[in-house]
Amino acid sequence: MYLTIDGVEKSFSHQEKGQVKVLDHIQLEIEKGQFVSIVGPSGCGKSTLLYLVAGLEKADKGEIRIGGKRVTGAGPERVVVFQEAGLFPWLTILDNVTYGLLLKGISKVEARKKAVDMLKMVHLSNYLDAYPHQLSGGMKQRVAIARALVMEPDILLMDEPFAALDEQTRMVLHNELLEIWKKTQVTILFITHNIREAVLLSEKIVVFETRPGKIKAIFNSRTMKDGIMPNEVMFQLEKKILSSLQDEIEKVLKEEMGDDYIFKTGSLHRDSSGDLGSHI
Amino acid sequence: MFPSLTQVLQTLFKGIINGQITVAIVKSMSRLLIGFSIAISLGLLFGYLIWRFKFVEDTLGFLVTALQSIPSIVWFPLAIIWFGLNDLSILFIVTIGATWTMTISATSGFKNVPVLYQRVAKTLGSSGIHFLRTVILPASVPQIISGLRIAWAFSWRALMAGELLGSGGGLGHLLETGRSLGQMDLVISVMIIIGIIGVIMDNVVFLRLEKNVQRKWGIS
Repeated sequence: MYLTIDGVEKSFSHQEKGQVKVLDHIQLEIEKGQFVSIVGPSGCGKSTLLYLVAGLEKADKGEIRIGGKRVTGAGPERVVVFQEAGLFPWLTILDNVTYGLLLKGISKVEARKKAVDMLKMVHLSNYLDAYPHQLSGGMKQRVAIARALVMEPDILLMDEPFAALDEQTRMVLHNELLEIWKKTQVTILFITHNIREAVLLSEKIVVFETRPGKIKAIFNSRTMKDGIMPNEVMFQLEKKILSSLQDEIEKVLKEEMGDDYIFKTGSLHRDSSGDLGSHI
Repeated sequence: MFPSLTQVLQTLFKGIINGQITVAIVKSMSRLLIGFSIAISLGLLFGYLIWRFKFVEDTLGFLVTALQSIPSIVWFPLAIIWFGLNDLSILFIVTIGATWTMTISATSGFKNVPVLYQRVAKTLGSSGIHFLRTVILPASVPQIISGLRIAWAFSWRALMAGELLGSGGGLGHLLETGRSLGQMDLVISVMIIIGIIGVIMDNVVFLRLEKNVQRKWGIS
């Protein structure tokens, strides 16, 4: 196994509730080159798990290994794409992308060349000297992806990278991400609360249980690498994931809206023919 | 006792030509520049220490707020005893006038660097001095600039007060000379110069700096 998450536990101290367990004995293995999504309701600790893999947080128990090597801190071989692009506003787009490369000790000329190539891949080579505020949300996120990929990481960690974008932009970026993944064969760990997104993109979908965060189920959808998944298959998978998430969603909703809330079972918010926009 | 406008302008013009005012300007500005630079460096250093170490924040951080509320001219008697009635005393109050407010601006600048930028930099492999230089410092530039502006105002006032009471030339000293000679036209000329320098620094230097950063960052 390439990435091994071995019995990881994590708690945070909460002002009123004392110690809150966010992750409880997480056991997960990911192969090299796999595209794995983690879905779960908000607050289930999926982002925390990603930060643990990134080395931005430390686990209380258990360990994370990548290629047999234990993760002890943040490092450029595990780059994160966050929900917000987080581009440095004082640097141009090109400088933002070369930032990590120069840190690696790559020469300026070489770094520039790599960055330009990568920006071409995300179709932003016309904006090399622009500043981040001149770009739209989707473009910024593409720069963030380019900045991560140019590092040639062993694993790309994505923390709801498209959640803050509008639907059209998201659709375009989904396709671009899949293209990039096929081209670079990078291992991707993708966090999302959007089931459809997870089904669309990944080969393996991990469903998280909430409070404490635990793995509830793992689904495989092997069809992606060869081509587009038939609507019906996708829909069935979505439905399966939703029903497995149901209890969790209910738990969260009850906490937020009170006990009288009852979650309608099996109601995906579209009809089963998947007509919405599918004939465009 | 009010001099006429023409008389004031004449004195002003003459003073600039024959060097009386020009020399005073150069003297004052050189003092200010030295004191201000020291204050900025100290402010950034203290700001860093307060941001970085909890115990410094609990001790120095608290003290700074108290110190900042003491007008810097209040330090002058002490400065005279420590350094004598000379340049050093004036430099001391100019420096101390700007240091605390700069410390406060730098601290809040460093503290308000978005966690996201820090996380991004760390996952890209930045740490230590490089992290400070390429993330923390540039990310707090907007706040540091407004800090510079306030610090400048403080030290400019401290300088005038110090020169007025102290000796050794400068615009403040020229005011005192004007007073003792009963030369009100000179006093008002110097006041005009002080006003002009203040406006130039504020509008031309700091405001432009601020605007540049805002434009580049897309804030405003």
